[in-house]
Amino acid sequence: MEQGFFLLLAGVAVCSGLLVVLARNPIHSALALVACLVQIAALYILLGAPFLAVIQIFVYVGAVMVLFLFVIMMLDVRREAQARFLKGAPLPGLIVLAILAGELLVLLLQGARLQAVLGPVQPVTETPEVSKLSLLLFQDYLLPFEIASVILLVALVGAVVLARREEPETPADRKEPSRGAAR
Amino acid sequence: MIPLSWYLILAAVLFVTGAAGVLLRRNVLIVLMSLELMLNSVTINLVAFGHGLQDLRGQIIAIFVIAITAAEVAVALAILVSLLRNNQTLEVDELTVLQG
Repeated sequence: MEQGFFLLLAGVAVCSGLLVVLARNPIHSALALVACLVQIAALYILLGAPFLAVIQIFVYVGAVMVLFLFVIMMLDVRREAQARFLKGAPLPGLIVLAILAGELLVLLLQGARLQAVLGPVQPVTETPEVSKLSLLLFQDYLLPFEIASVILLVALVGAVVLARREEPETPADRKEPSRGAAR
Repeated sequence: MIPLSWYLILAAVLFVTGAAGVLLRRNVLIVLMSLELMLNSVTINLVAFGHGLQDLRGQIIAIFVIAITAAEVAVALAILVSLLRNNQTLEVDELTVLQG
């Protein structure tokens, strides 16, 4: 039963992941990525991490992908629809990809050694509670948590500064509120 | 009971797919989205190992990855918007502002 669910979710995730890379229209890519992220969130529930699944849907699907869709719809993407891949023969990229895929395949085929390192995997009986996760996060990992909040603040300020329009040079114009700053 | 290696195989497939998007696509937006795909595949690995070893730290690191990704996407899209405002292109070949 669990394995059937896993195969279903993984199949949809791989198909939508391929669609992200192959789709002609960036909006289709973004929607396929949304589907892929939702499948991955379902996989987190299968892995006994429901809190992480909710975070994934809130942050990735709710915030990040909506931001992507806003940017795609704000910019003109019609022109981009003609060519999907890089100009010329993408031979170096293909070689790097082949090496990467082969390496991962070899490493995965050595799974017996991994089991030897991990020891015998005992069947999981109960999923860990969210309260334990929060205790760990706010006790042992409090400093990284605060640093992450500072990073988010810096990213917020940086995004506002980067995305606004250039201020006009003359002081008379500078007094007017610039329209771009509100974005 | 799902074997741990299934999750690792899924994560490897998604990672290679994302790497293909980063290396081969022309559109910067799709390169960024493929980057998200790669980050997610790594997160699957973290959570799967945390589940297999009964250790919550995998989930903690996954939460941090998600938080930092949100920050990264905000800054990347802001850079992209200002870049596009200046020279009107979305193709990675033509974005050579930093070239010496």
